[in-house]
Amino acid sequence: MDYVLHSTPLFTGLIWAGAFTAGFLGALTGLGGGVVIVPMLVLLFGVDLRYAIGASLVSVIATSSGAAAAYVKEGYSNIRIGMLLEIATTVGALAGAFLALVVAPNIISVIFGVVLIVSAYLSSRRRAEDNPADKPDPLAVRLKLDGHYPTPEGVKAYHVHGIPLGFVLMFMAGVLSGLLGIGSGALKVLAMDQAMRLPFKVSTTTSNFMIGVTAAASAGVYLARGYIEPGLVLPVMLGVLPGSLLGARVLTVARVGTLRIVFAVVIAALAVEMIYKGVTGAM
Amino acid sequence: MDDPQKMPDDTRVEQTMGNLLRFGVLLAAAVTLAGGVVFLAKRWQEPPPDYHQFPQADRPRELNNVPDTIGFALGGRGQGLIQLGALLLIATPIARVAFSVYVFARQRDRLYIAVTLVVLILLLGSLLGGRWLPGG
Repeated sequence: MDYVLHSTPLFTGLIWAGAFTAGFLGALTGLGGGVVIVPMLVLLFGVDLRYAIGASLVSVIATSSGAAAAYVKEGYSNIRIGMLLEIATTVGALAGAFLALVVAPNIISVIFGVVLIVSAYLSSRRRAEDNPADKPDPLAVRLKLDGHYPTPEGVKAYHVHGIPLGFVLMFMAGVLSGLLGIGSGALKVLAMDQAMRLPFKVSTTTSNFMIGVTAAASAGVYLARGYIEPGLVLPVMLGVLPGSLLGARVLTVARVGTLRIVFAVVIAALAVEMIYKGVTGAM
Repeated sequence: MDDPQKMPDDTRVEQTMGNLLRFGVLLAAAVTLAGGVVFLAKRWQEPPPDYHQFPQADRPRELNNVPDTIGFALGGRGQGLIQLGALLLIATPIARVAFSVYVFARQRDRLYIAVTLVVLILLLGSLLGGRWLPGG
């Protein structure tokens, strides 16, 4: 798309408004706002994919840290699990950031579209009931991973399973994060909730804790390569941050069923456009 | 994890961690905002850089590493201040990991001191050593 905008304040203001809306809807629907930043910058504002990925990665750290500040006090996240799996995600993120060097932009665009659709699907079928109580896993006991968390019926204990599979899935989440500048929250939750059978609330808050650390791992590589551009970081960071904080506030009072479907459709449309652009070589 | 008697201490640690994160994010946003004011005031009448190109024309290479970015920011350059804000944001989860080393050290939990140190070294290596890595 050609430049229609010839004024820096207008250009910055429009991206700010888009980032604010993305952060707001992402937090409100639980689908994550970071994922739409890249398609928005690329498809609407004609920004190079590398700059878009850099700005998105910064926004991912902002929302993750902002939300984690609230979650950490509620006593849900399991710091030991988070830290152990961080080894897999940070190594994966570094691998992904290097992969971004050798993979052509139009292929990255196609991968982005596919990941967008899959993660929107994964996040939309979230469940609230917890895994049934079961026997402890010897490896989890050795690694002191079992924990407890607050429920309406008081503090409940849980056991951790499937650590090797969780580790592999987390490595993949890290690779996608480093390659695409996203948080890979949906894949992280899948790894903990399904493969490791953690309570859902523990999975989501621990995933949120991990997203910021994973993103910080590839941020250094992005910085050195010049993907992190101040003119884009300014509106994206300052837009997504208040947007997602407001979204999390409204979430407690609003019913978001319809809105989530609408936002999921928007994400799917952006994903198809990214795939189309990649396949036709228009990146 | 531990016995319930440790809960009050855990809560205090978690509150410190929450405050650390909130402080980091707010500081990063404030520095970015200050840089944004300088940046926009200077370019008020100008078109935005052509971000369709990578890298766009006349992008300072100083923005690609930590020491030069700090120098730029201290010199009052808008771009430098925004980039410093981004660096402070990136440093926030890293500070959280560093704080976790301290928490595990207090619990004398050797395994997790080691685990957390590995993560911390990977993060610091990426942020400070990025320019010596391929593609930097």
